Amino acid sequence: MAAAETQFPPPKVLTYPAATPPMLITQGAEGRLYKTTHLVPTRPCALKYRPPKPYRHPILDARLTKARLASEAKVLERCWREGVPVPAVYAMDPAAGWMMMEWIEGIPVRAGINAWLGERPEDGTEAPVVDDTPLVDLMKGIGTAVGALHRTGVVHGDLTTSNMMLRPREAGQANGDVGDEKNAKGKAVEGDVVLIDFGLATQSMSDEDRAVDLYVLERAFASTHPRAERLFTILLDSYGKTFKKAPSVLAKLEDVRMRGRKRSMLG
Amino acid sequence: MDPLAKKKRRIALGCEGSANKLGIGIILHEGAIGSPTATATVLSNIRHTFVSPPGTGFLPKDTAHHHRTLFARLAKQALADAALGIADVDCICYTRGPGMGAPLGAVAVAARTLALLWGRPLVGVNHCVGHIEMGRAITGADHPVVLYVSGGNSQVIAYAEQRYRIFGETLDIAVGNCLDRFARTLAISNDPAPGYNIEQLAKRGGRVLLDLPYAVKGMDCSFSGILTRAEELAAQMKANGGKGPDGEPFTPADLCFSLQETVFAMLVEITERAMAHVGSNQVLIVGGVGCNERLQEMMGLMAADRGGSVFATDERFCIDNGIMIAHAGLLAYETGFRTPIEESTCTQRFRTDEVLVKWRK
Ligand SMILES: Nc1ncnc2c1ncn2[C@@H]1O[C@H](COP(=O)(O)OP(=O)(O)O)[C@@H](O)[C@H]1O
Ligand SMILES: [Mg+2]
Repeated sequence: MAAAETQFPPPKVLTYPAATPPMLITQGAEGRLYKTTHLVPTRPCALKYRPPKPYRHPILDARLTKARLASEAKVLERCWREGVPVPAVYAMDPAAGWMMMEWIEGIPVRAGINAWLGERPEDGTEAPVVDDTPLVDLMKGIGTAVGALHRTGVVHGDLTTSNMMLRPREAGQANGDVGDEKNAKGKAVEGDVVLIDFGLATQSMSDEDRAVDLYVLERAFASTHPRAERLFTILLDSYGKTFKKAPSVLAKLEDVRMRGRKRSMLG
Repeated sequence: MDPLAKKKRRIALGCEGSANKLGIGIILHEGAIGSPTATATVLSNIRHTFVSPPGTGFLPKDTAHHHRTLFARLAKQALADAALGIADVDCICYTRGPGMGAPLGAVAVAARTLALLWGRPLVGVNHCVGHIEMGRAITGADHPVVLYVSGGNSQVIAYAEQRYRIFGETLDIAVGNCLDRFARTLAISNDPAPGYNIEQLAKRGGRVLLDLPYAVKGMDCSFSGILTRAEELAAQMKANGGKGPDGEPFTPADLCFSLQETVFAMLVEITERAMAHVGSNQVLIVGGVGCNERLQEMMGLMAADRGGSVFATDERFCIDNGIMIAHAGLLAYETGFRTPIEESTCTQRFRTDEVLVKWRK
């Protein structure tokens, strides 16, 4: 999205003389994400900037932006301390609408899964020769990461495969011959899951909130990757093993699903 | 070869009555089926709305009675407006759901009667898919993220692999229902529509923005907490003039303004999130609430910010109508879809993503 670089004025914090010129990475839902450096030119960082939304009433907009950034940073810090895979927070100014955090290498999980599925036969008919192992491993990895998050008492509020990064493992850690063809194919979905985008996260230990979090992910997953929908149970299985109350969250998920289906759909 | 595939002109009559509007419309499709050059032309589009007194909502029984009483008259009028005879119509399309049981049933019976009387096949249509296809046809939006907002629904939808997939939706009541019920609280007129009158009243408010609970969860949102708070504020206002954020009094116009600003901001936000998620920069707004000019304006500002654009239709197509049922039904008919008489039921619950969208790639 390099063309977008000049389209928007960057936030003021990025206009100070710095060793690394900021690079606009994406215009996400909430705002823009820049890649720049923090303190030293060798330390890459992500700067998340939430510009004022022109469509929103200015009072409402200021209130939401400030509250969300502050809570996002707070939640990230808590997760980081407790070992949940998230980027570390470096600096922030909620009133000005920005936060600096650790740069996560890799691609969004969504892109990884799509790249993987792109190599698969169309129309979902299963060719028995295809080995799903790398994708299955990724599903397990997502389940474990979300479980770790919930264990610390945080619900994400916007779990989608766009809000997870797939961080490549250190070279040498990958097993097998790097050069061989099967391995190269698996690469698309190989890596460690890092959760990002905590703008809608809240602190909660309730089964209900956790189940809704999973339900949001389940639906996002089904609509984004319809061809991999059947693998979702693997994710849930590994989630179920991450903490003591996880099985009761999964039981609750069943209720939440029923409610979803039963929800009145009057025209 | 299927004789239908050779037909250059295909005509459908559509019957809609899932809520308080009875609509009958006739559409003409020309050109090879499925080809990008095929066109859709509205030949007639008639609607009659059952309006209940201020402070009340429309009851299923009265609404069904309204539809039954007017159906024959509207059907004749639709044919006359289109200058067509019975022989010109290829199929009869009707709303299978979702919607209110009694009115849906009344119109289904009427459509079935036409089908038997005229010896034409029936096509049952999902109301939401009707809105989406009509919106696409009128605006030319090719692959948009769709915000579907009406009295019974609030959904963010995008097409993928032959289904309209629901990315986000309300977790409790629909946004239109929230507005309608609030109009009842303030005893605002239901004529022509409660939402329309709230919009007009809101234009006179805006000195204060009242604090209402903004409730977005990912691509889902919820409106019942907002409605409860707005009703509390309305009660306060009646009792003692109310107190805004700085202790100032507020008016019904301020309440309507604050309600609109809050719920529409939520809808635009979840739409934007879905757009970012699927990587699209087109938005199409459909459904009755989609006529609201403030919502269209806010959506336009958001889309422009993302380098895209918003597509919306006017009340003829936004508000429930028969032509959208005719159009979506004819698209399905052209792929060979039929609803046999013995299966021509209707259903209050019928999710948008249940329909196999065979007419799209
Ligand atoms: N810490 C990070 N390191 C690297 N890339 C990131 C980081 N945070 C976000 N991104 C990239 O930016 C995109 C948008 O960021 P996100 O936090 O999800 O913002 P939004 O609220 O706009 O969705 C992500 O999908 C991801 O590709
Ligand atoms: Mg995101």
